[in-house]
Amino acid sequence: MADTFVVGFDGTASAKRAVQHAAVHAKAGGGTVHLVHVLEWSPYSFLTPEELNERHKRREEELARAKAIVQPIVDDLKAKGVNATCEVRHGHAGELLCEIAETKQARQIVIGRTGSTSIAARLMGSLALTLVQASPVPVTVVP
Amino acid sequence: MKRMLLAALGLLFASSAFAQDAAEEAGIDQAISDAVAPIVNPIVSTVFYSVPLFGTDFPLIVGWLVVAAVVFTVYFGFIQFRGFKHSIELVRGDYFDPKDAGEVTPFQALATALSGTVGLGNIAGVGVAVYLGGPGATFWMILAGLLGMASKFTECTLGVHYRNEYPDGTVSGGPMYYLSKGLSEQNKAALGKFLAIFFSICCIGGALGGGNMFQANQSFAQVSSIIPFFEGKGWLFGLIMAAVVGVVIIGGIKSIARVTEKVVPFMAVIYVGAALLIILMNIGGVPAAIGEIIGGAFAPTAVAGGMVGALIQGFKRAAFSNEAGIGSASIAHSAVQTRHPATEGYVALLEPFIDTVVICTMTSLVITITGSWVPDSGVTGIDLTAKAFTSNISGFGYILAIAALLFAFSTMLSWSYYGLKAWTYMFGEGQAKEIVFKVIFCIFIIIGSSMSLGPVIDFSDAMIFAMAIANIIGLYMLMPKVKALVADYQEKLRSGEIKKVT
Repeated sequence: MADTFVVGFDGTASAKRAVQHAAVHAKAGGGTVHLVHVLEWSPYSFLTPEELNERHKRREEELARAKAIVQPIVDDLKAKGVNATCEVRHGHAGELLCEIAETKQARQIVIGRTGSTSIAARLMGSLALTLVQASPVPVTVVP
Repeated sequence: MKRMLLAALGLLFASSAFAQDAAEEAGIDQAISDAVAPIVNPIVSTVFYSVPLFGTDFPLIVGWLVVAAVVFTVYFGFIQFRGFKHSIELVRGDYFDPKDAGEVTPFQALATALSGTVGLGNIAGVGVAVYLGGPGATFWMILAGLLGMASKFTECTLGVHYRNEYPDGTVSGGPMYYLSKGLSEQNKAALGKFLAIFFSICCIGGALGGGNMFQANQSFAQVSSIIPFFEGKGWLFGLIMAAVVGVVIIGGIKSIARVTEKVVPFMAVIYVGAALLIILMNIGGVPAAIGEIIGGAFAPTAVAGGMVGALIQGFKRAAFSNEAGIGSASIAHSAVQTRHPATEGYVALLEPFIDTVVICTMTSLVITITGSWVPDSGVTGIDLTAKAFTSNISGFGYILAIAALLFAFSTMLSWSYYGLKAWTYMFGEGQAKEIVFKVIFCIFIIIGSSMSLGPVIDFSDAMIFAMAIANIIGLYMLMPKVKALVADYQEKLRSGEIKKVT
């Protein structure tokens, strides 16, 4: 089975650089770039009754919007001759990336740097830190 | 829409400013009370039609709720005890398919429904029950809470099964839908429609009464006892409260609602924590308090008619607090993501347990243990609860005031939505129609905080309990349907078709 590079993608400039980084490696080895767009979501957050009743609709909208961001990148990669797939998921970014890397038996997880050095980010815990501590496969952070 | 909002608020301010010039401040409250009483009193006496029983008046409606809860408990084979473990597993997410991430989880539906029911009923309502019925009322309250779990189970299963799912992905559910759709399946469409409309009218009344006036009234009582400035100025407090609620429900400023939703669970934890602390501080008095509660429950000589008085008060306050059999929670629970309506029944049965068996019991233990209850002293409702808490933790009155205010606010927001759903069920959807209801809702906040406690409680009770008349008739007729749904679900659990996701 060819190498799979799981890329955490959120549409930002650094995420795009991460995609390019993964694409270079994937193309060289005939591997696949798998883009994962995670919509932050917690099963325990509080919703008002109104939000409850609209939740299903909102979820569909969120998925469609995210898909619209990811799909052009996938098409672009394919046009350049790189195997590319994508998925959009709700949940915790760190947990999901690890889970997907494991089920796909990925070679690497590639993410973009957030560029934040503030204390807030350090206290809240960044995605990069989570992955470094929990990832089942090597992690590359692209600046 | 903004212009309509401003006009409505402007009108409110203008009329009250005019009234302020015309009369003394206390006079305004009195005037509002006097104006509303003739409308309220006949409704109250109809709903609470009482029969003399063992020397006290026994309101038939309370019996109606308790009999229904007993029937459902027996019919579903004590589901609240047999299914309790499964309920916990469902809420924990053991059966939630990860593919459904992003949908409403059982936990979220439960939490939202709870934030609508955990409120002043748990603080002020218990104070009323213990004042009028003695500590023995607690015993009956717990019993009613345990039985009520079966009623919740029934109505929330139906709420999900008969909900409307619109093409745009939104859902609407609740008694009006299962009454009309469920009964038309049984070729009783006309009756179903009638019950649905009857329920909707009462639901609007309940939203304005228990979901609004009672909340406004009791939080005002608490705030005015701490900030003397507000004393006798219920209308002013009501006006401020109405403005804040109006900004959220009419102006669509969701951020205030969101902040409240985050703070309310936190306050609930503080409240329960403080209650536990007081119970621990007086741990030696617990056996005596439990003795008082059980003794009072069966005592022939307690105040307010002895055992029957305690029983009526306990049952009444429990029903008012956890709303089992009323049908309101079914509206919130209907939105959950599930393939089997029965799962939501299991989740919902935890609600009366948390609300009544845990939180209400804490309040009344604190009142009993601290010896704060003095018969015929006039200290009732939230004042009694506040007295009990401050006797051990000085300064807790301030925390209680904030908690009361926030609980009241979140309950109002929930009920404004329940009422709105009933309103749109009857009149159809449309922005203008919805704003009419929302403005009425805000006006009732002012009325509620201006009136004295008695009439407000009576009206609140009357409207909330009236909802149960239509709802429970429907539940009786539809309970075989629920049984079939549950049997199907349990069969799938047994066969392994539904498995835990690990």
